[in-house]
Amino acid sequence: MTALAGKEGQDWKEKLDAHVREMVEWHFNPETGSPFWLDFAKKLDWDPRKEVKTYEDLDKFGFFQDEWLRGGPVRRWVPKGLADKPVYVFETGGSTGVPKSRISIEDFRIDYELFSETLPDQYFPKGADWLMLGPSGPRRLRLAVEHLAQHRGGISFCVDLDPRWVIKLIKWGEMQMMERYKSHVIDQAVTILKAHENIKCMFATPKLLEALCEKVSLKKMGITGVFCGGTEMTPQFHRFAVEELMEGAYFAPTYGNTLMGLAVHKPFVPEDNYAIIYYPPMPRALIEVVNPDEPTRIVGYGETGRVRLTTLTREFFMPRFLERDEAERELPCEKYPWDGVRNVRPFSRLQTSVVEGVY
Amino acid sequence: MLHIPILRKGEPYRSIDIAKVPDFRTRETFVEVSQANAGLIRRDLVDQDSPRKALTAFTTDELIAMSKRAAEYFMNDTLPVGDQMQTPDDYVRQLSATTGMPHILVRKNMNKIRGVMAEIDSVLSGLTRGLDLKILDAGFGVHEGHAVSFFPRTQSLGVILPSNSPGVHSLWVPSIAMKIPLVLKPGSSEPWSPYRILQALIKAGVPKEAFSYYPTDHGGAGAILQYCGRGMFFGDSASVGKYANDSRIELHGTGYSKVVLGDDVVDEWEKYLDVMVASITENGGRSCINASGVWVTRHGREIAEALAERLSRIVPRAVDDPQALLAPFANPDVARRISGIVDAGLNESGAVEMTEKYRGARLVEQDGCTYLLPTIVYCESNEHSLANREFLFPFASVVEVKPEEIPEALGPTLVVSAITNDENLIERLVSSTLVDRLNIGAIPTMVIGWDQPHEGNLFEHLYARRAFQRATAAA
Repeated sequence: MTALAGKEGQDWKEKLDAHVREMVEWHFNPETGSPFWLDFAKKLDWDPRKEVKTYEDLDKFGFFQDEWLRGGPVRRWVPKGLADKPVYVFETGGSTGVPKSRISIEDFRIDYELFSETLPDQYFPKGADWLMLGPSGPRRLRLAVEHLAQHRGGISFCVDLDPRWVIKLIKWGEMQMMERYKSHVIDQAVTILKAHENIKCMFATPKLLEALCEKVSLKKMGITGVFCGGTEMTPQFHRFAVEELMEGAYFAPTYGNTLMGLAVHKPFVPEDNYAIIYYPPMPRALIEVVNPDEPTRIVGYGETGRVRLTTLTREFFMPRFLERDEAERELPCEKYPWDGVRNVRPFSRLQTSVVEGVY
Repeated sequence: MLHIPILRKGEPYRSIDIAKVPDFRTRETFVEVSQANAGLIRRDLVDQDSPRKALTAFTTDELIAMSKRAAEYFMNDTLPVGDQMQTPDDYVRQLSATTGMPHILVRKNMNKIRGVMAEIDSVLSGLTRGLDLKILDAGFGVHEGHAVSFFPRTQSLGVILPSNSPGVHSLWVPSIAMKIPLVLKPGSSEPWSPYRILQALIKAGVPKEAFSYYPTDHGGAGAILQYCGRGMFFGDSASVGKYANDSRIELHGTGYSKVVLGDDVVDEWEKYLDVMVASITENGGRSCINASGVWVTRHGREIAEALAERLSRIVPRAVDDPQALLAPFANPDVARRISGIVDAGLNESGAVEMTEKYRGARLVEQDGCTYLLPTIVYCESNEHSLANREFLFPFASVVEVKPEEIPEALGPTLVVSAITNDENLIERLVSSTLVDRLNIGAIPTMVIGWDQPHEGNLFEHLYARRAFQRATAAA
């Protein structure tokens, strides 16, 4: 189980279990559940609504298979209780064949509004405009960052970026073309930044942030806060970004994906030596670190294992999904009294078969 | 624990990302090496003007003098390695510990590096064909009665280095005397040599800003090659192949070097056995200039038999044994994989291992070290999959070809030592685009004249000549 610290942690555990019961009731009630889960339940010899009482009981579902998310019909994922709402479909990067797709209605807005609460106003001023320097197209990031900007009273400027094309260029060995594409993206960003003085905040992937900072000074461009994510970040990159790229701007690294939402970074303290520590948006989603050979078993604090995600919202129920990442299990902290993860990186056993996007 | 930092234009930088390089015997960490993230390298390389200006503040003659002093410092002095100091003996022991190279071979390579720095004026004269080097200071001048002008093609030379043999470092050292700063990525298990060379040059007076040293991963190596106007890349065929069409980068891949016995001398093959043995075995058989093939028109099996008998005398010895000629593999799995490739080739008809009956198994473990013993394979045809292979140990195929098939059948070859007096064959070899370095006569492939270009001429790689005229001032 996910360990929680102290009295506050115990309260959270009770809230989590209550949330689990509420979500299971919603997704497996014939009036409100999605066709996928209702059909899934028919094949079980037990009733989730009766037998799932705690977070730990979710183990009874086994592991969520990402293959279920590849291909259609995508409407089987829309809960009947939300059937009259406008539906978005978001896709993962698509670096491993047919992309996984996930429906969304309000989740991306809720996730980013919660994330917004973690951003310091001093560096991400309300009313400031944003630059979204990340993947566009069928990914939720583009809309999510735009909503984040709007939620904070700003407007989001965007560029086009197709990470699947970048992956193809790498696979073909077209590194020069890849660099030209990157330059094309960065040139657009520089043009926007120079033309719009009210842009003070931005989202960028690590590599695009580096590339942008080779061309311009964030300080001179008036950027005071950077929200960074989308691909792996190492502690060395974190340090490099803070010491050399930010020039005093706030650096907010995040971990997330279309399936889970957004995990926020533990505020920087020197003792962490730039380790990147994330905490999930409990109780909407949980990140756990499990033994790769026995993924029902959570590893000890500080131990390395495979990242396991669980998403529990009214729009999406995803118990026990084994992500293609590994990390160390991190102790709860004062701000986030539940388990976190440290230094997430590609799962070493899968590394040879995955081309990470360089966007 | 000894730690080797990144050097960012000469300034040490300790990374959070540390590679732990093991002692090849104990597999325990021997040295920690800071690893540069690609973004850091790219950011540093945005400014390549200041390192270049630091070098152009000196004349070529001054830089040559510094290089000569550095030769002695490199060979004899105690120099910094990270936060510690390194004697020449420390260097030998440390390099041997992470690569397995016997001390005697390290010292030979050390001497080779020293030689290039000490003879830098001769090297530059060879590379520039006797150009008055003051012309590099002014940018123009008169050479053999003609106005000439040269300009640098790049502000820095990026070099992706291997771990197999320190001798290769001789190839980039002249860059400093040519006023082109260096951006080096050391081999993962051989961080020692480039670091020591840089320290020797810095001690001799070369501005430290001229040196960047980035232990890094493939992404970082790519950043170096992409951002430096000129590059050198040492690697296997698959790695360097990606850059085959990039004229900015001089590629140093697999050598496939060969000794060729012409039809006119092949009946006297026994006279040249020492040349063949030296070509195959010197430096532990780890260099691209080691012969991996002996190509003959007749007597192939007899030659293979004689080579096998001679090579079987080479046995594993302790790293500090002055008779040691073989280097163990720092990673035993690599040795196993290589041996497996050879075995797979021998399973095809038309090739036979000649060494086995003399020395037993090819893959041996001794005193906790894994070795591949010298191996001679006789191939009936140049079509056989083992006929033109190169491995990181003394391995050679003896291949029989028809006289008229030479040199086309050789394929791309870094060094050909052609033992022949047949002018027709010599003319064909001289004209061949497949042959890089050519030795005519009984010269082992390992004998390198450093005034000769190696896989491209470094001066021509770094400088281009422009058309130049200057009007006489009107009276």
